[in-house]
Amino acid sequence: MSFLKIQDIHHTYFSNQTAATALADISLDIEKGEFVSFLGPSGCGKTTLLSIIAGLFPPTSGKILLENNPLKADSDFSIGYMLQQDYLFPWKTIEENVLLGLKLIKKNEGLEKIKTLKLLSDVGLGGTGKLYPRELSGGMRQRAALARTLAVDPKILLLDEPFSALDYQTKLKLEDLVFEILKSFGKTAVLVTHDIGEAIAMSDRIYLFSAKPGRIYKTFEVPDELRELTPFHARNHPHYSALFQTIWKELESLEY
Amino acid sequence: MNIEQLHSQYKTSLKKENRLIRFYQILIFIVFFSSWELFSRMRWIDPLIFSSPSKVWHLFIKKLGDGTLLSHSGVTLFETVLGFIIGTLLGTILASLLWWSPRLSKTLDPYLVILNAMPKVALGPIIIVAFGPGFPSIISMGAIISIIITTIVVYTAFREVDPNYLKVLQTFGATRAQSFREAILPASFPTIISTLKVNVGLSWVGVIVGEFLVSAKGLGYLIIYGFQVFNFTLVMLSLMIIAFFATIMYQLVELLERKLIKD
Repeated sequence: MSFLKIQDIHHTYFSNQTAATALADISLDIEKGEFVSFLGPSGCGKTTLLSIIAGLFPPTSGKILLENNPLKADSDFSIGYMLQQDYLFPWKTIEENVLLGLKLIKKNEGLEKIKTLKLLSDVGLGGTGKLYPRELSGGMRQRAALARTLAVDPKILLLDEPFSALDYQTKLKLEDLVFEILKSFGKTAVLVTHDIGEAIAMSDRIYLFSAKPGRIYKTFEVPDELRELTPFHARNHPHYSALFQTIWKELESLEY
Repeated sequence: MNIEQLHSQYKTSLKKENRLIRFYQILIFIVFFSSWELFSRMRWIDPLIFSSPSKVWHLFIKKLGDGTLLSHSGVTLFETVLGFIIGTLLGTILASLLWWSPRLSKTLDPYLVILNAMPKVALGPIIIVAFGPGFPSIISMGAIISIIITTIVVYTAFREVDPNYLKVLQTFGATRAQSFREAILPASFPTIISTLKVNVGLSWVGVIVGEFLVSAKGLGYLIIYGFQVFNFTLVMLSLMIIAFFATIMYQLVELLERKLIKD
């Protein structure tokens, strides 16, 4: 039995004039501890799928099972979601921001709090707890957002292009950090990206989506040699460029 | 030339500029009051209509002595502060209800537009008949004048909060009430404060008009009374006291703003 099972997801957005099908026939399985990427051109519905997995809205049809149970948005924290930008609350200190999820379930005291503050130093933000988000750099803020997501100990992490708003150097560093933290906590993760290199460097498997409607066009298994390396080192491995070329060609053929 | 020297030069020039501005501000004050006094004494303006600072001052001392000024000002101030607080509070609560139920907000939309377009002071006579010629009517006037505009402005601010903040909360399984408390309300504080500033002025308008109509007590009553007996010194005195208290209220709101908004 797979950890996360996505079965026959269809999703259509309705408006007064149109009914646009964003996703069709999406079925895939993700095992515990795996890191998979959804890669594809814009408009291929990858973010829609991520939102559906997160339980932000129900799909038009199909179902999603996490450890064999249907997903509910308001159940205990099975899902952690990271957005393109950090969306730290500017009126809260870093510590308050990171404790937000726990506060909502009234567990922000005692042991849970100590664990969370340790998490803050795990992501390299020790001693910044009393600062406000505006006092931190973009990379630091995204790290705080990671700590906020991990604080509630989600079973699966959904990453919606979390590195796309960062400069290249910060992005590379943060990829390594996220990769290592997820491996050390044994977390399962789904990354949405349009960056081929990022998908190869970070994931175990890549789903390439085609657009209109969004379908899984091809699946690529990342070779074991690359999986074991950190994203930064994976980018320098000979297998990396080979896979990059293959995916690049597939993407080209999609866009005509 | 070293950095420290340049820095201290910069600081002196900054101080000089500030001092100059303060000087002009005081100058305007002095020129205004002394020319008012002078023109009135020289009879270039009619002293019966425009009075003069010295007459206003003497009346001020006299009215302060017999206690009438204090009681009238106290009444008006009490009504204004209460009207201001009730108006802002009810407006914000109404905005929260509209945010809570999008269906309610869509339903009420045309009525809000009508109520907002309506000159609220025109409701004065009805309010006075309904609540009687006393405190409750005047406080209602002070409140009603700011409720609808507060509702509209604050509700707009609620809706303009970046939906991604709500998304963050939603992925943590937040309820609607929690989303409101954690994101919507704090994100809208700057707008709420700026409506407070507007409401300070509005509630003075409502209360003074209310006192015009009820004509029993307060600074609005003094203005109407002074007008009827052609005692414009009394009118001028009342106006200055209103200006004084309105400024203090505005300053208090600014103080609150600095406390509440850390940026």
